[in-house]
Amino acid sequence: MIIDLERFLAAEKPHWTGLEKLLARIEAHPGTRLPLDEVQKFHFLYQRTAADLAKINTFASEPETRRYLESLISRAYGEVHETRHKRSRLAPLTWFFKTLPCTFRKHIQAFWMTIGITLAGCLFGGLAIGLDPEAKPALMPFENLQMSPAERVAMEEQNKGDHLQGAKSTFSAYLMTHNTRVSIMTMASGMTYGVGTLLLLFYNGVTLGAVAVDYMAAGQTRFLLGWLLPHGVIEIPAILIAGQAGLVLAFALIGWGKRVPLRARLREVSPDLMTLIFGVGLLLVWAGFVEAFLSQYHEPVLPYSIKIAFGLTELVLLILFLSRSGKGAEKEPEISAAGADRRPS
Amino acid sequence: MRTGTLQIRTPEGIVFSQTLAGPVTRFLAWIIDACCVGGLVSVVGAILLWLNYVSPGFASALSILSYFVISVGYGILCEWGWRGQTVGKRVFRLRVVDAEGLRLQFNQVVTRNLLRYVDCLPFLYFIGGVICWFSPRCQRLGDIAANTIVVRHLPQREPDLDQIMAGKFNSLRQHPHLAARLRQRITPPEAALALQALIRRDNFEPVARVELFSEMAGYFRQKVEFPAEATDGIADEQYVRNVVDVLYRAK
Repeated sequence: MIIDLERFLAAEKPHWTGLEKLLARIEAHPGTRLPLDEVQKFHFLYQRTAADLAKINTFASEPETRRYLESLISRAYGEVHETRHKRSRLAPLTWFFKTLPCTFRKHIQAFWMTIGITLAGCLFGGLAIGLDPEAKPALMPFENLQMSPAERVAMEEQNKGDHLQGAKSTFSAYLMTHNTRVSIMTMASGMTYGVGTLLLLFYNGVTLGAVAVDYMAAGQTRFLLGWLLPHGVIEIPAILIAGQAGLVLAFALIGWGKRVPLRARLREVSPDLMTLIFGVGLLLVWAGFVEAFLSQYHEPVLPYSIKIAFGLTELVLLILFLSRSGKGAEKEPEISAAGADRRPS
Repeated sequence: MRTGTLQIRTPEGIVFSQTLAGPVTRFLAWIIDACCVGGLVSVVGAILLWLNYVSPGFASALSILSYFVISVGYGILCEWGWRGQTVGKRVFRLRVVDAEGLRLQFNQVVTRNLLRYVDCLPFLYFIGGVICWFSPRCQRLGDIAANTIVVRHLPQREPDLDQIMAGKFNSLRQHPHLAARLRQRITPPEAALALQALIRRDNFEPVARVELFSEMAGYFRQKVEFPAEATDGIADEQYVRNVVDVLYRAK
């Protein structure tokens, strides 16, 4: 029933102490690569302690020792059995030019879905404002959009961007943080099996469609393009990519056509979610700067043609970046999901 | 609500358990973290006040950005730097770990922290709390997505079993057949209870300690009756010590 605990402790304690010391070293310096002899020693100590735990579980009921051994084994288990790729150093350029666009292309179907749902929202918003202009406060609940487009254009062209004098940095910071929060929310709403993400994208589309139709119907298309394109061509795709991340999360939850369990599916997409949302954050920082420092200036200070050309150039560059950058790198182990997520057999 | 332990079986067939943290403890840890975020924001705000004299617009922008970065980045940086702990979690000895016992990855830390945005809806982590309450592993949505759990991480020290009185005379050993019967009749939980009582003897109040060992000695005396010469003049605590010595030390 009970082993000779004293002799057992005396014989095994040095091994436990050795394992604890090695674990403390590994945990204090996660990037450390142990030499081969120490790796072998670590493995031996882990197996020895695991065997001791099995022994004490079977033959004795000494809770303190058992808890101590369990705590050692739980710490060592993660170090011994972890096979997922561990980056030894930061590589921001590789991440930006390879990992981000490759991850975007890997989940391109989800991106097309976000475009589809946003366009459906745009259509709904455009039709709603066209058929019932009185619905403007409900469709566009923003103070500066409540006046007629002609009045707004006249006012903007008159104040020559001076209304933001001394407040551009604040406005820019506000836009960056607000849009990033909305994007994180769009991604996180994927946990509602995608319903929350789809609703947020549709709502964004409704607002966008309503604003576009309102200004086009009033003959202010040039102003609209000059106002929206410089920041919108980055900001809107950023929200769409956040929606893409939300749908990736939702697909992992639903697991259509996949025979792997839920936890394995979520584990597989987790690095991709992080990559996409960090990419969204970067895009929104750029969009925030452009919206505060460029988009708010209109004719005669800044010709609309220049703003439109600037916006179109950004759009082309963004499309090239997302579709071409890192082409061929998808199969490299540090970028592919399989390489990033190998599991112990 | 289901709380308790999560058992993990290693490929070697060894089972170890993790004590799961309940929603209430996690909420208390979050309150401390919220205070830390508030404190950090206040400190940065006070520093930025000086910048107001140079450029009010720039100071205001930095203030907005710093609040955002601190509120989002606090959990990520702390949990990554301290291997799954924040200040609040440290206070309550909680730790975020991989749900399968593997090493916590950076993307898991980021995912669980960003999904707070849904968990904290509509106020004070209502959704996260409700889901955590009913989850078999006490996971909020962020934990489910990131495949993480929050465990109570009690520091375990090497066992100190000096109380077993190694090397001292034990009158019960003079009767080997009765000692063998004692080993046979006492169950592992009873043996463990006696050992724990001896290990923690200094933590008891004097009166409670006397009562406890008296009760235990009475119970063990009833299990196996030793001759009077083996038990006369032995205090109850000493009797329990002798019983534990017989149980845990084979000669």
